[in-house]
Amino acid sequence: MATIHVDGQRYDVDGADNLLDACLSLGLDVPYFCWHPALGSVGACRQCAVKQYQDEDDTRGALVMACMTPAADGTRISIDDDEAREFRASVIEWLMINHPHDCPVCEEGGHCHLQDMTVMTGHDRRRYRFRKRTHRNQDLGPFIAHEMNRCITCYRCVRFYRDYAGGEDLGAFGANDNIYFGRHREGVLESPFAGNLTEVCPTGVFTDQTHSARYTRKWDLQFAPSLCHQCAVGCNISPGERYGELRRIENRYHGEVNRFFLCDRGRFGYGYVNRDDRPRRPEWRSDRDDACVTLEVDAALDRGADRLRSARRVIGIGSPRASLESNHQLRALVGNDAFSTGIAAAEQRCLAVMQALNHGCGLPTPTPREVERHDAVFILGEDLIASAARIGLAVRQAAQARRETLAAERDIPYWNDAAVRTLGQDRYHPVFIAYPTATDLDDVTAARFALAPDDIARLGFAVAHEIDDNAPAVAGLEPAMGEAARDIAARLLAAERPLVISGGSLGSEAILEAAGNVARAMARRARRGGLLLVRREANSTGLAMLGGEPLEWALDELASRRADAVVILENDLFQRLPAARIEAALDAAETVVVLDHQRTATWERAHLGLPAASFAEADGTLVSLEGRAQRFFQVFDPAYHRPETRIRESWRWLHALRADLLRHEVADIALDAVTRDCARACPALGAIVDAAPGADYRVHGLKLAREPHRYSGRTAMRAHLDVSEPRVPQDPDSPFTFSMEGYNGFDRPREEVAFAWAPGWNSPQAWNKFTDEVGGHLRAGDPGVRLLAPRPGAYAYATSIPEGFRGREDEWQVMMLPRLFGGDETSSRAAPILARATPATLVLATGDATRLGVSDGDRLVLASHTGSLTLPVRREATLPLGVVGVPAGLAPAPVAGEWARLAAARTEGPGEEGRP
Amino acid sequence: MLMKVIEGTVSQLRTLGMIFMHSFRKRETLSYPEEPVPLPPRYRGRIVLTRDPDGEERCVACNLCAVACPVACISLQKGEREDGRWYPEFFRINFSRCIYCGMCEEACPTSAIQLTPDFEMSEYRRQELVYEKDDLLISGPGKDHDYHFYKVAGLAIAGKDKGQAQDEAEPIDVKTLLP
Repeated sequence: MATIHVDGQRYDVDGADNLLDACLSLGLDVPYFCWHPALGSVGACRQCAVKQYQDEDDTRGALVMACMTPAADGTRISIDDDEAREFRASVIEWLMINHPHDCPVCEEGGHCHLQDMTVMTGHDRRRYRFRKRTHRNQDLGPFIAHEMNRCITCYRCVRFYRDYAGGEDLGAFGANDNIYFGRHREGVLESPFAGNLTEVCPTGVFTDQTHSARYTRKWDLQFAPSLCHQCAVGCNISPGERYGELRRIENRYHGEVNRFFLCDRGRFGYGYVNRDDRPRRPEWRSDRDDACVTLEVDAALDRGADRLRSARRVIGIGSPRASLESNHQLRALVGNDAFSTGIAAAEQRCLAVMQALNHGCGLPTPTPREVERHDAVFILGEDLIASAARIGLAVRQAAQARRETLAAERDIPYWNDAAVRTLGQDRYHPVFIAYPTATDLDDVTAARFALAPDDIARLGFAVAHEIDDNAPAVAGLEPAMGEAARDIAARLLAAERPLVISGGSLGSEAILEAAGNVARAMARRARRGGLLLVRREANSTGLAMLGGEPLEWALDELASRRADAVVILENDLFQRLPAARIEAALDAAETVVVLDHQRTATWERAHLGLPAASFAEADGTLVSLEGRAQRFFQVFDPAYHRPETRIRESWRWLHALRADLLRHEVADIALDAVTRDCARACPALGAIVDAAPGADYRVHGLKLAREPHRYSGRTAMRAHLDVSEPRVPQDPDSPFTFSMEGYNGFDRPREEVAFAWAPGWNSPQAWNKFTDEVGGHLRAGDPGVRLLAPRPGAYAYATSIPEGFRGREDEWQVMMLPRLFGGDETSSRAAPILARATPATLVLATGDATRLGVSDGDRLVLASHTGSLTLPVRREATLPLGVVGVPAGLAPAPVAGEWARLAAARTEGPGEEGRP
Repeated sequence: MLMKVIEGTVSQLRTLGMIFMHSFRKRETLSYPEEPVPLPPRYRGRIVLTRDPDGEERCVACNLCAVACPVACISLQKGEREDGRWYPEFFRINFSRCIYCGMCEEACPTSAIQLTPDFEMSEYRRQELVYEKDDLLISGPGKDHDYHFYKVAGLAIAGKDKGQAQDEAEPIDVKTLLP
């Protein structure tokens, strides 16, 4: 703690911070550009100048840069000093010399840090009469638009892109006025975190291109606190809606999960919500071959209930991409013994192992932010950038944190970015990755072990044995691997907080058990460590806790006619298992009811299709991979702009269907009641009721506003439909209003913030007003409740160690490799993601490729039990022999671990190619 | 008492006289609609969207008019033409809500939206008071004859490359060694 004096007032601050950080944390407004809470200080822009006095008697003082001056005890500064104000006004006038007259045609306008700072500093007249510097723009791919004229050369973009996110293809070229920020030549920005440039750039150089085509100012968007559904990390987002379309995803600050940054799949993968071909009304076919007719809600429910009532047995297939509430309502409809999770058996077994390990290995699950504070990381069988990109970014920070350790030894403050980086150079905390193919984290790793899945497990078991002798030893371990295991074990034990990361990507339980053994061994050696297990989909963790039979069970029940009706919830079964098996099961069923927000292959085979709400139109609860139950809230009511739509939340449909089935009066139900029921029915999920405030939450007696107070066009946006405005939609499910009326301020701490705005702070930098300290936690606490805690007990080591991998003569073992773009069911229906996705390729070891006589780009047919797939080949030198990597997200997808034959495709024409 | 009666009578007669004399004065009222109403050019009436001197739409869909509107009766959607110009895909003013305050005109950075001396907008059906872009867009520059936003903006459009706007230098080339 330190006491500083600002304009004569005493404040207690954290003495380790710099003055800018301290002042902003105190809620004082100091303008700045180059400083960012996650990037530290470089003192480049000179905008945060304040006057510092030596002691009480000093009346002259001297100008210092607040971001480069420690908030030492007894510091006396003045922000309001005339000379300091004049200095800051001059600085912004210089910065604006070359800034174009673009605000009306700039996508940043309205949430622009440069606009905010210009107003704060009071610069309002251009005096400079000479010529402006101009630049040509680059095409940076489908995500990011580039308008280099607007640059104020703060260097934030390259500091984020290169130093923080490890990207290599964005740079600063030239110096002073002869400067350019971009790529060495036009092309797609390669980093999967490039989207953050739109928020990191204080002006409009990098803007969201997916938003630009249907652009709306921030003040005109309707927001709600929501969760990213594109993977299991549970990043908090603020989706913005206008005219019934989702327009943009903005980062929503969560002090323990995503903090300031999102990955590009989450930020730009929302397009599936806006697809024209989405089902919007119930669709009915009495027979499969009939053309479908659309129905009204009541008729659809009656017909659906009639068919289900006449069925002998109804089963339900849930979904790991649907909320807990929807899955619970489905289970309530069909009964506990007729509910399938909709997850394939192999994946569900992995999920069960992961859940057991989270409770029973003695090490806690770190939050993504805590991941950054570990000083040794061992990753088994996960390509984090592809499967849980935000965690990958956190691991990169963990590796880079070595710089801060080195700086601390030399009394260099951690925020002095340039000095810390120069000192650190390429020295990192040890990160070991055992994964067959190259990963995007390889540049910060101490070593990557390119091994087949079974060998990854063996390496893990060997490391566990090296850490603790009681752990089972691996029989017949290769000497090189034993050496590696000793090295990894030594580095993990030398660390203060070692971290083990694994997951279900490769579909191997053995890898998970090996990671569990390493964790148990460290727990026995009483290390403060962590174990993080990566799940695939948004609610995989929650559904594993809810429980249910695997998908194969449901298909068998249908195919063997033990059940003749099935209700499928937000799940495209064809993405999970081979088509033949699913078709056989669905053909056998008398009645197929599908609820979904996408027109999937499964939807096309439904007798009754009920249009479900996507995440933007529904409320619900998800459990993220760290076991955090979080609530997402409805962003907009689709019927307000399109009165003909009959989209409802899945849980609302299922509740109504159940009431109709039981011939009850259909009484409406609200979210809180469903959440409560779900918590009651499943004790492991008991705490989800507290994941977010209920619908009766009020601030000053007010509900919370979804719209900024400047929201425009309320009396015109619907006037073409009817000049008489209807009442705004009412929301019985949440404390939010579909209106600008309600509380949206920052002075009353609250967990659920739809959008960040504070007077004078329109840009995402406004989050600083909502946190207890800059870059800290939300003042009311970060949203969500943790459900997975380690339980005390004596844990036995897993002993089933697989044999070493041995390749076969004419067959290759299939590994399913997750893909960031195109590898997930929903976001790969969004056009920008498809444009960004690299073409799907089979990955083959160079040795194997030579043996088959193929080189890069040649097409190979992969034939397995589940069907055949024709894809071009990509050779990788370090890949182990005998395995073939198949990108995830293709249909028909082979099953991980099975053996497949490879042969060169005979003709050059398009084969039976999977969806990219 | 008598004085009061006399005073009252005189006052009544004087009033009658004055009213009578008004018959010979110039009329203040107009026989609208037979006679047109003379309106000053800066009268705040029916809103129009104007075009720039090139004949292109001036509106760049920046949304400032909509946000300035105190009754929120303007709504529009940004689109982008092939040539790089921003334009409103739709532009709707609900004149049944408009109070003709002129804040939109004041907020407009491109002189696109202007109020005109026309108040004859009565309709039998309220729905007819919802004006779309077709109803609003005129073919001339309105009151502001010369202003051309893209000549001063840094955004490149077809026919005006980077460095060709007012007071702009040639685009820099970081690969050159010349000073």
